[in-house]
Amino acid sequence: MAEMTSKHKSYDMGMHTELLRGRSQQILFSAEESENFVYPGSFDVDFDKRSEIDAGEMTATAITVKIRELMGQGFGHIVVKNPLAKHSLGVGILNRLKLDFEGSLGYFGCGLIDGPNVRIHGRVGWSCAENMLAGTVVIDKNAGSCFGAAIRGGDLVCKGDVGARTGINMKGGTILVGGRTGAFSAFMMQRGRMVILGDAGMNLGDSMYDGTIFVGGKIQSLGVDAIPGEMTDVEIKWLGRKLAMYGLKAPKGVAKMQKIVAGKQLWNYDNLEPAEKKIIL
Amino acid sequence: MGKKAKIDRYLDSDGLDSKREQEIGQHIGYRYDVNLVPDHSHLTPYLKKYINLMGWQDLNWLEDVHLGYEEGKAAVFDRNINGWVSVPDDVKLPDNQQERDMIARELLLKFQMSKRHPLVQLKAAYKKF
Repeated sequence: MAEMTSKHKSYDMGMHTELLRGRSQQILFSAEESENFVYPGSFDVDFDKRSEIDAGEMTATAITVKIRELMGQGFGHIVVKNPLAKHSLGVGILNRLKLDFEGSLGYFGCGLIDGPNVRIHGRVGWSCAENMLAGTVVIDKNAGSCFGAAIRGGDLVCKGDVGARTGINMKGGTILVGGRTGAFSAFMMQRGRMVILGDAGMNLGDSMYDGTIFVGGKIQSLGVDAIPGEMTDVEIKWLGRKLAMYGLKAPKGVAKMQKIVAGKQLWNYDNLEPAEKKIIL
Repeated sequence: MGKKAKIDRYLDSDGLDSKREQEIGQHIGYRYDVNLVPDHSHLTPYLKKYINLMGWQDLNWLEDVHLGYEEGKAAVFDRNINGWVSVPDDVKLPDNQQERDMIARELLLKFQMSKRHPLVQLKAAYKKF
């Protein structure tokens, strides 16, 4: 086994001899060295160059490979027709791209994306845009549970209602919901922003560590360690701009939305005495 | 604490306030406000170009990037390498966090898009297709 691994090309590149120390890497670089706007090695695409895929008879893998091939040919606008609610479509795209789905997606659609602007003219199943890093995903209708699970960045927008555990364990980014969300939305949220224009289900923001939730409708109940916060002027401005970008409006105006933040009583939970833990819970 | 002193507290001091922090010699929690949303009036020309090229209308994922402080130096966290990137010493830091965050976003972007970024080597070594 050791012989097999030592033959890997990463050994020839010297990647196993570099001395790493400390708990973080201190890297210094010149701010003037680069004027690139895309990742090295990414496809050079043109948004005005459009192509279509009829996905009706294709597997999810074949669709993914086809999208990649088209990006390699410089197509910056790809339209997928007849997605037929297949699972895991539009995943792992690490490129700037306009991607339209003319229909609904199954579960784990648009996961792990870093950069593209995706429009879904239909509904999505569980865990849409799970682990999304950057870009925009806009869904015209409703979404299933675990919408935006563990999202790191970018804008994830559902114009309709979404299921339970929306934004579970989210670590960044913005989730916008035009309608209602189910129970345990923003469960274990660590940072990022969630905007719910309709009503929120029970235990909103349960065990959240950080981040911000804005709600335009009624909140059925708050979860452990989620508390009301005070809206700032910069947040009102940000909300107004963000909603306008996606053609959304707060029912009573952004200034009247409720803001929910972490009470931060669960931080250093292990250091609390049993009696103190009971008070929090 | 004055405005200037407050913003530089992690550069000018160890920033260890609580008893527990002093015991372990380490700060607990973030050293910047992770919930601070960006004020677009401070966008730099470079960031405007980037937003336009990506087909976005705002900072998108960069909204979650802030200027932090690591081991007494101004630094920005790069999620792709799971480490801090130190801001060059010759960069003069403004006296408000909104402008500092814009500098952090620009620096991080330039670093991530650079051919010298560690992921370029990693990709060459381990990419599957």
